[in-house]
This record gives sequence, structure tokens and C-alpha cells, in this order.
Amino acid sequence: MAEIIQEEKHKGGKKRPKKHSTAIDMTPMVDLMCLLITFFMLTTAFAKPKVMEIALPEKIKKNEKVEPPKIAESRTLNIIMGPNDRVFWYPGKADPAALVPLQETNFSATGIRQVLLDRNRALFKKIEAFKSDVVAGKINIRQDSLQSAIRQLKKNDDTGPIVLIKFYKTAKYKNFVDIIDEMSIVGIAIYIVTDIDWIEQNMVERALGIPLTATAPSTAKK
Amino acid sequence: MPKIKIPHKTPHVDMTPMVDLFSLLLTFFMLTATMKPSEPAPVDTPFSISEKPTPDKNIMTITIAKDNRVFFNVDNGPDTILHFRPKILEEMGKRYNIVFTPQELRYFEKNTVPFGVNIKEFKAYLAAKENEKAKFEKGIPIDSTDNQMALWILFSRQVNPSVQTLIKGDNDVDYPLVKKVLDILQDKNVNRFSLITSLQKVEVVEEAKK
Repeated sequence: MAEIIQEEKHKGGKKRPKKHSTAIDMTPMVDLMCLLITFFMLTTAFAKPKVMEIALPEKIKKNEKVEPPKIAESRTLNIIMGPNDRVFWYPGKADPAALVPLQETNFSATGIRQVLLDRNRALFKKIEAFKSDVVAGKINIRQDSLQSAIRQLKKNDDTGPIVLIKFYKTAKYKNFVDIIDEMSIVGIAIYIVTDIDWIEQNMVERALGIPLTATAPSTAKK
Repeated sequence: MPKIKIPHKTPHVDMTPMVDLFSLLLTFFMLTATMKPSEPAPVDTPFSISEKPTPDKNIMTITIAKDNRVFFNVDNGPDTILHFRPKILEEMGKRYNIVFTPQELRYFEKNTVPFGVNIKEFKAYLAAKENEKAKFEKGIPIDSTDNQMALWILFSRQVNPSVQTLIKGDNDVDYPLVKKVLDILQDKNVNRFSLITSLQKVEVVEEAKK
């Protein structure tokens, strides 16, 4: 990069007035600039972090009597996050008398997403068709009302599953984000994050092959 | 035979275009630079497909680090004339019978960094030098006996009702701790919040199965 300055030798002869070259040595300036650029490139936060919005159901106050909402058992899908990114799921309702074996899956594209997609195909197709219509220009809609239109589609849906998301005690925060993310990928209309049941805890422990720790609570909690 | 004289020239590279380009780049980076806020603990956020950018004002951020320490931060944007931060700290101090001096309040207002400091050590933390602050960052107590996190949330919302809640958790944080934080938020009637994630595109596979 640097300019190599060679000394020119004058052999004898007439002494001429020394010629000063008009070029300024820019090497230090370039050096400094390189340094500054590197510094700013490294400190710049280009990718701003994104946020994922989530709303939890309001907590039931202790002395408040609220009837648990009635939901169809056939539409219910329970997903339990286990340790080491393992995902368990079972349909319907847990029966304390006979522990249903849990199905195990994972977070790959063919794992839990496929399970959810299979159950949510009707709604998913509706949303996708709506989106492609918008892209193709068949439906004229503003960008910001697209989201609310999709929300409306989800609201009107009554075929998709109702997903209950539960966490075994050794699950990680990553699983929490991943599974909620999965809900938005597949376009699940109704999903709830709830506490794990003691029955389900036993079911997970059986699936993991470790001794059961949870027992039935003496008084029914809910 | 006459010798062929090689012209004695200095090898001269014209650096002007390079300098031009560098100046341009430098100007660009200097103008777009928003400094990465310093963090008391490194946090690896999980990935999601959400493309919603993080709001940059009226937010309170709860950071959960890998080592189960919980941090808190309130950021009301750069140009607030309402001085929310010192008010929150003052309220906190009142609850614990600590009086903060105006200097301390001003210092707290200026330095919007996440903190994981017990309120009882807050005075010492504010007075400590930049490189000695780390030893105070033990995480905010969230136990039911001394739930300071709940109070921070409460006062932040009292002082600035439009504050949004952000949760920034590390990938490897155990879920029960997250659940505890969520419970505290819900106790304080915060049912909507945002999780800070990094963007990751996912191709949705809707294989044609008929």
C-alpha cells in the first residue's frame, strides 16, 4: 500500500533547485481510516433483534370461581416439552387410570410441524390461499390490514386443533420460543400455554424411563 | 554499445480513489452506527420467524441470563423529558427506605444499562467504578420473600403506563425460571409481552398430500 520513496541520486552537474513532489503522503491517513472503518463495522448492530408477541390468558384469582372453558376433546392436542429438546404429544384428554403412551417427535420440519400441519391443514390452506391471492393482486388489501384479515380467518376457524402447550420441568426457554414460533408458522388459531398436570408429568417420566415423581394432589387444584 | 538506461522512476500508487472510497465508507458507518448496548451478561436469544422489530422506547426489558440471573432495564427512548428512570428508582428507594441523592438519580437516568442488583446494594453499585460494577450484578431477587422484580415492574408501570414488556432470555435457561418470571408479570397484570428473538427464515412445507 505504501508509497516507496526512492532516493534519486544526482550525479554531479549543476545544482538544481530541489523539486518537491506535490503528492502528499496519504499512507497515515489511509491507515487511520482503515482502523476507524473496522471499528465502526464491528460496533454497528445491523441486525436489530426482533420481537415475538405473546399473550397469556389472564390469571384466575384465588377466590374467583371460574368455570373452565369447555373444549372439544377431539380437537385438543397436548404438546409437552421434555428435556433435551424432546417433544411429546398426545391427542385428547389424559386419563389418570391408564397412562396413554406419549408420541415422541422433534423440532425438525417433519416433526412437530407435520403433526400440527396435519391437523390444521384446512385453516393453513385457507391462509395460504388468501396470502397468495393478495400477492397475485386478486384481493386488494392494505399491508397492515393483511394481518388483521388473517387474524379474522383464524378466529372464524372451527376445524383446527386447540393446542395446549405444557412444559416438563427440565425444558429450556429455547423450547418455549420454538414451540410458539411453530404455532405461528403453521398458523394455529388457538393455543394456550398452561401448567403441566401431574398425570402428564408421569406420562413424560414413563416415556423417559425415569422413576415417577409426581403424585396425585390431595385436593384437586382446578 | 550504449547501455540501455532504465528510467529511474519512483513506483507511485495513486491512492486518491482508495481514500475517496474509504472516506465514503467511514462516513456511512459513522452515521449508521448505533452502539451495541453493553450487557452485564451475554445472552443468546433463540430464533423465530417474527419480523417485528424491537421497539426502542417505552420498554422494560427483563433479561434472563444463562446462569439464572435476572436483569432489569427500563428504556423510555432517548429524548424523554419526563424523567421516568429516576422516578422509578426513587419509588423503589422509598419502599426500601433508601434515599437516593440527585446525583445518583441523574447517573441512573443517563446510564440505561440492564442491571441485576439488589436494591439494598444499589447505592454502592451506582458509586462503583465501571469495572467494579460486575461484582454487584448478582441478579435481581425474585423469590416470594423479597420479590424486588415485582416491585420494579409495578413502579415502572405506575410511572409510565404505556410501557411495553420485553423478555430476553437465553436459549439454555430452564423453563421453571421463565415460568416464575411470567408468573410475576401476570401477578402484576401484564398479560401481553414480547420475547426478543433473532430472525430466522423458515420455509413452510405444505407438501401436497391429498
